[in-house]
Amino acid sequence: MKPVHIVGAGIHRFGRTEGVSGLEQGVFALRQALTDAGVEWRDIQFAYGGSVSAGSADAMLPRMGLTGIPFVNVSNGCATGGSSLLAGCAAIQSGQFDLGVVVGFDKHDRGAFNADPRQLGLPAWYGETGLMLTTQFFAMKIMRYMNLYGITQTTLGRVAEKAFANGTLAPHSWRKSPVDLATILDSPPVSDPLTKYMFCSPGEGGVALVIASERKMRELGLDGPCIRAATMRTRPVGSFEVFAPALEVVRGASATALASQAAWEIAGLGPQDVDVAQLQDTESGAEIMHMAENGFCADGEQESLIAAGETRIGGRLPINTDGGCLACGEPIGASGLRQIYENVEQLRGRAGARQVSGARIGYSQVYGAPGVSACVILENAIA
Amino acid sequence: MNASPVAENLFTGRNESTRLLAARSRLDNTYRFPPPAGADAALYEAVELGPSGTLWSFTIQRFRPKLPYNGRGTDDNFVPFAVGYVEFPQQLIIEGRIVVQDFRMLKIGLAMVLTTEAYRDDDHGNPVLTYAFAIDHGKDGLT
Repeated sequence: MKPVHIVGAGIHRFGRTEGVSGLEQGVFALRQALTDAGVEWRDIQFAYGGSVSAGSADAMLPRMGLTGIPFVNVSNGCATGGSSLLAGCAAIQSGQFDLGVVVGFDKHDRGAFNADPRQLGLPAWYGETGLMLTTQFFAMKIMRYMNLYGITQTTLGRVAEKAFANGTLAPHSWRKSPVDLATILDSPPVSDPLTKYMFCSPGEGGVALVIASERKMRELGLDGPCIRAATMRTRPVGSFEVFAPALEVVRGASATALASQAAWEIAGLGPQDVDVAQLQDTESGAEIMHMAENGFCADGEQESLIAAGETRIGGRLPINTDGGCLACGEPIGASGLRQIYENVEQLRGRAGARQVSGARIGYSQVYGAPGVSACVILENAIA
Repeated sequence: MNASPVAENLFTGRNESTRLLAARSRLDNTYRFPPPAGADAALYEAVELGPSGTLWSFTIQRFRPKLPYNGRGTDDNFVPFAVGYVEFPQQLIIEGRIVVQDFRMLKIGLAMVLTTEAYRDDDHGNPVLTYAFAIDHGKDGLT
């Protein structure tokens, strides 16, 4: 893959920010990313961006400056951020552009997402009878996984406990207080086996990245991690995804497994090379299952790995070092880019109290409806 | 009482005689549920699924779903319900509501049967039926 570098990264803190629109949070993040890179908006040659609930990303243009650049609005569900980055990389690799931005922001209503069956090609009865909930999907996926591979309720709790602990160390996180294991396990069930503290909430936030060709980066005297792979895949036959009235009896791979395999191949790297990972944790079980789907362990190994603290900061493979979706919430348009932002901070050694020492390779994976997954592998290219 | 189905061409029968209306490809014998609409429909033949399978996974819906859910109750008096996937051998794994007295009885692998459930009442107070799953007590000898 022709090298593309992330030369600047910015974030508007996640959570709830009353009186600040999603768009404003995107503008905040974008200005911070430009400052971080040390470039001006007028230097930027293109932009890709999106939100799911907070309007068109190109509405940022009057705020940033009407420089006439191509600004492409990206709308791809939970993979919106990942898709924007993929498109941005392609724009640079094509040779057409050398310096651009990728931005995502969102601002959702409180409570679980409510989906419209017709928007997804599903019959009305599916929603009317109470089957069209992402929370049910995640609960049933982990329920079966626990049954097949011996994952316990305690392990679900430990994932959430780690997320809240890491969240207290990240300036951009939403949840700022640790929650102990007993509180997590004893909190009211939302969708069994998952309790209230095991689910993330829809939220708000904004993230922006400045990306550059290697040539441009050197010309401007900038630096930043190299994008070794950026992939996105949709659901294959036999996968188990959100909003499925029926599944094939013969089971197959997931969108995540496909996106992950492609990322490893493009990068020429493997799970053993990764120093820090951000994996989609819509709920505790998702992080556990995504560890295996991305190739970091065999099915069932999570039980002992997590009990031994291997996924904590300081462990063999720290996962979701900023607390992930559980501690940051899930503003869909920004969520995948937050993972990349966190990896940039880790690789640049700017992660403060949550720093993974010597982190050189960072991996991220975002997953969501209706069965999309996007993976990014970053390598620290700073000498 | 004049019960009506939540959708036409979704299932036939009532209670233990309930069968799901699915489709099988004339090309490769794969199943689809719900059956495809539009031009693809000609490539499929109508088949019934059921009456019995095994519980593939399940969960309990503990809060009242937002719209377009239109089942009984309000946020204040909502009664949690079980949902799950049941595997019909050689056919499909189907998602549906589960009618069960005690959620603690649910276990992956249980023998299940199709049934119907009055999940809401229409504007005239008549029940609206959807397909649902129930534990096959005859097979499990639990009652």
